Amino acid sequence: MSDLDTIQRAPAGSPGSELAQTGAPAGRGNPARWRAAIIWSMALFIWQCLFFLIPLGLLVAMTFWSVRNFRLSPDLTLRNWNHLFGESYFYVAYARTLTYSALASAIASALAFPCSYVLAYKVHTSTRRLVIFLLITPFFTSYLVRAYSWQIILADQGLINSLLSSLGIWRVPLLNTPVATIIGYLTLFFPLVILLQLVGLSGVDKDLIDAAHNLGAAPLRTTIEVVVPSAKVGLVLGATFAFIFAFGDFVSPAQLGGGKAPTLSILIIDTVKSASNWPMASAIALVMIVTLMVVMFSALSVAYGSRGRAGNG
Amino acid sequence: MTSSGNRSSGNSRRSVLKWGAQLAGGAATGLVLGRRFAAAQDYKGKVLNMLSWPGHGDPAMVGPFEEKYGVKVKVKEYVGGDQLLAIVNSTPPGTYDVILADAEVVEELVAANQIVQLNPNDYAFDQYWPQFQRFEPHWHDGKLYAVMLRFGYLGIAYNSKLLSPKDVESYKVLWDSKVKGKVGWFDWYLPSMGVLSLYLANRPPYDISNAAFDKLKSTLLSLKSQTGGYFQMADLFSSLSNEQVWLVPGIGDWVALLLEDQGHPIKAVVPNEGGLQWTESLSIARGAPNPELAREYIRFATSPDGQVRTATLKSYAAAIPNKEGWKLMAERMPQWADRLRLRTDQRNVMDEYKEGKIFIRKLPKQQSIEEWNEAWTKFKSA
Repeated sequence: MSDLDTIQRAPAGSPGSELAQTGAPAGRGNPARWRAAIIWSMALFIWQCLFFLIPLGLLVAMTFWSVRNFRLSPDLTLRNWNHLFGESYFYVAYARTLTYSALASAIASALAFPCSYVLAYKVHTSTRRLVIFLLITPFFTSYLVRAYSWQIILADQGLINSLLSSLGIWRVPLLNTPVATIIGYLTLFFPLVILLQLVGLSGVDKDLIDAAHNLGAAPLRTTIEVVVPSAKVGLVLGATFAFIFAFGDFVSPAQLGGGKAPTLSILIIDTVKSASNWPMASAIALVMIVTLMVVMFSALSVAYGSRGRAGNG
Repeated sequence: MTSSGNRSSGNSRRSVLKWGAQLAGGAATGLVLGRRFAAAQDYKGKVLNMLSWPGHGDPAMVGPFEEKYGVKVKVKEYVGGDQLLAIVNSTPPGTYDVILADAEVVEELVAANQIVQLNPNDYAFDQYWPQFQRFEPHWHDGKLYAVMLRFGYLGIAYNSKLLSPKDVESYKVLWDSKVKGKVGWFDWYLPSMGVLSLYLANRPPYDISNAAFDKLKSTLLSLKSQTGGYFQMADLFSSLSNEQVWLVPGIGDWVALLLEDQGHPIKAVVPNEGGLQWTESLSIARGAPNPELAREYIRFATSPDGQVRTATLKSYAAAIPNKEGWKLMAERMPQWADRLRLRTDQRNVMDEYKEGKIFIRKLPKQQSIEEWNEAWTKFKSA
């Protein structure tokens, strides 16, 4: 049953009935409330202008500047864009960044789902609260420190390979590989993905699940055809956040990937570190922002697009 | 004139002379004391701002200076000469008093009018080794702009448990199949490409033709399959110590000695093809709020005592150009004198210099920094 149906069937005298009669909720036409809403939202508007729109505008402008003797020069040149799009290493880094981010997002979502499912439906409330607290505690420490600690575990002489060696198994190169980079990404956002999925799964009407079971659907089929569509928003948002974090991260590709497979973030660092080429770095950053916006809008349209079959009642 | 009058006059003259002498002596004493007192008093409570590589703010280094002058030395650290130039060019004059720069960057600082001319008579160059008394990168148009503080050599740092000295006699080892995937790189194009340029027999290594530069680029790319990773300073140490990489070209004792102190079998060598010299130098920033104090700091750091302290910094050790510093180190810290090869009575760091195996690290001459940096980026991305 949709919200509109609920409103249209609301008993007389309820706010819903008034909505049905007038087409507007009680108080919405009140000018005082509109004024208050505008005033209170000005803070957000000013904040977004000062700390997002203006810096974004500066970033865009800087892509057309140049650098002379390590000093920025406000020119109007396409040199940075021409150079960037003319170099193969940019496309390689771009494709690599997309691939790593998508892979990390998919792996995190797949691994997180069983955890979040159990937390949502199979454990006691107190246990759920304890696990949520434990999922948040990694964020008390620095991500950089956590990434560094993986070096001890993944190194050729690290914990994993020492164990393999003691079992007579061949050592596996883990550190300074894409595998280590992905592990680093998961370190960054895996708990967050679980929490976002948990929020989505917690919002699924349990009556729908019970109904599916009563109608003879197996647990797996119920999960795929009832739970996942109903929890789509949380699941998609979890995957999207994972993608966004991985796309912009430089710690894992540098510290765990060995910098051997540069991503766009490492490209930005390299561009600025030795040549102070902030305009070129700005161009790379702008490409990243546009990419993430496309991904974000696509994800939101998937998440909030047509509802799942189980959600339409 | 009566005799009594004469005696009175004589007494009077004597008194005047006596008082005059006392006054003059007191004035002279006061002037001397006053000047010494004023020297410390002038700087007391001031803050000396220094821009430098990591570790130079160590209390073991700056502590005696701070105590002597009643000042505070505040250090802003950077990594890489290009970062230094970026910081200096983007901060207003008067932000820093002293700039510790690599020798190759001094020329850029002079060109950018960021450091002031120095008076050679203010510094004890007569105590330096002859080769460093008039160090060419510090002089421009016959004027002095920097004073050498410390130096070291760059060749190959390697794990001596896994590779023998014979293995690393030549940079050819970088292509050896037994080090496939075990070659690490300090993520800075200047020393990394500089030693490869030496391997290709380019003399000097940074002033090469475009054809030689193309050869250098292709040589660099040929090492991609041998590469284990690219590292910043902190990761460099951990990668060598956990044997993730076995050898790193373009670095030297400044890494090896620190790891050796921690019990890791890491050594540094200058291969047959030669090595680079890195040099750290002190300059006074243009617009320095405390130029006199800055001069005193340079004098302190280049004195024998300051030289012993700077040679043995906890961050990374280095050789020093002051011969008197060598003697003091031999007396005060003989083990360090041995480790740093700063002994005049045995083979020491100056011998490789005299043998012509060492080339000063400089900025590229015939190509731009951007071209060399881009070659490095392409190597990393390949």
